[in-house]
Amino acid sequence: MMNWFQGLGRSSLLLFERTGRAALFQIRIFMGLPSLIRHPGLLVHELYSIGVLSLAIIVISGLTVGMVLGLQMYNTLIDFGSEDSLGPVVALSLVRELGPVLTALLFSGRAGSAVTAEIGLMKATDQLSVMEMMAVDPIKRVVAPRYLAGIISLPLLAAMFSAVGILGSYMVGVGLLGVDDGAFWSQMQDKVSFEGDIVNGVVKSCAFGMVASWIAVFEGYDAVPTTEGVSRATTRTVVHTAFAVLGLDFILTAIMFGDN
Amino acid sequence: MQTNRAVEILVGMFVAAGIAAFFMLAMKVSNISTFTEKDTYKLKARFDNIGGLKTRSPVRIGGVRIGRVASIEYDDKQLEAVVTISIINGHNRIPDDSTASIFTAGVLGEQYVSLEPGSSDEFFKDGGVIGETQSALVLERMIGKFMMGVGSSNNNKTNNSKKTP
Repeated sequence: MMNWFQGLGRSSLLLFERTGRAALFQIRIFMGLPSLIRHPGLLVHELYSIGVLSLAIIVISGLTVGMVLGLQMYNTLIDFGSEDSLGPVVALSLVRELGPVLTALLFSGRAGSAVTAEIGLMKATDQLSVMEMMAVDPIKRVVAPRYLAGIISLPLLAAMFSAVGILGSYMVGVGLLGVDDGAFWSQMQDKVSFEGDIVNGVVKSCAFGMVASWIAVFEGYDAVPTTEGVSRATTRTVVHTAFAVLGLDFILTAIMFGDN
Repeated sequence: MQTNRAVEILVGMFVAAGIAAFFMLAMKVSNISTFTEKDTYKLKARFDNIGGLKTRSPVRIGGVRIGRVASIEYDDKQLEAVVTISIINGHNRIPDDSTASIFTAGVLGEQYVSLEPGSSDEFFKDGGVIGETQSALVLERMIGKFMMGVGSSNNNKTNNSKKTP
């Protein structure tokens, strides 16, 4: 019994310790960000491996999600004779929720895990210590570019996801199922507001970008420097990002859309 | 770290594609291109009951959308709802004896303000007040009236049937 309490205390202390380390790490990253102005090449390289290489999965997922949404919503809406409102339904659900959330989840699986594994392996193979020995700050050199690249990439990817998803549902709805072309777009423009929906979606994806890249770089930097430790850190990145993004999404949705 | 030119070009294309997607969302999907609040003029209409009308609900003439509901307030003195609608400047030839009604699009659809053009030669100007209005039809009230009607006619029938034998 005593052991059980001891274990509980130890694990909660460890949890607080990790949370504190993560918060301090965030501050250190912020301090390291200005140095990127002098080395934009680092950022461009990370934008390539984090953003450009995630393009394929984001575009294909967006297209299929949009097509499936178009198909399912059509089958539901046709019962009410309101299949013309397929456009707004698909656009709102993509722009407000599915675009930012699914992009963040896919992003953490595609890019976040890679970042964690990369930084974790750098730590396991003592590359980070070597950098410190050569008076190169690994936060500035390794962590900050990846962090900023994630924050820049995610909103762009989310916008592409939503846009491609809407095109996908257009293809299925208008091309295949015979929804009226004009009604699809005009009803969409009628219902989707720029400030209310598009901007809030972008704000959401920026917030998710911060959280996803923060978790990814922290888990890598904080990993136990062994093969097993790196693999566990990679798993944790994906799991924790999923929890954080979904929880944050609920809070942001309640703040943004709760009052109407 | 060596960044070669191909990487830079790809990153540039990636950022451009993201911004293009954002612009497509803004221009093609949202209302920013169809309606800006600037080039409009405002009219007021007083209703006893606005039903489920909301701000940003459409304003239509003959089914064509010409504006939106800008704000809805309640007048404590006259005990009426005051609906301010903003109409696109291009549609500035609305006769000033037009009537405003609140209708529902379809059975489950949204509610909108419908303007019926009158025959006057004078047109509404900014800040004008629509004199004749027709309130929203509240479904419960209609069903209540209908039930009353059915109930009383049934009573008459039973009374009649009692009398005849």
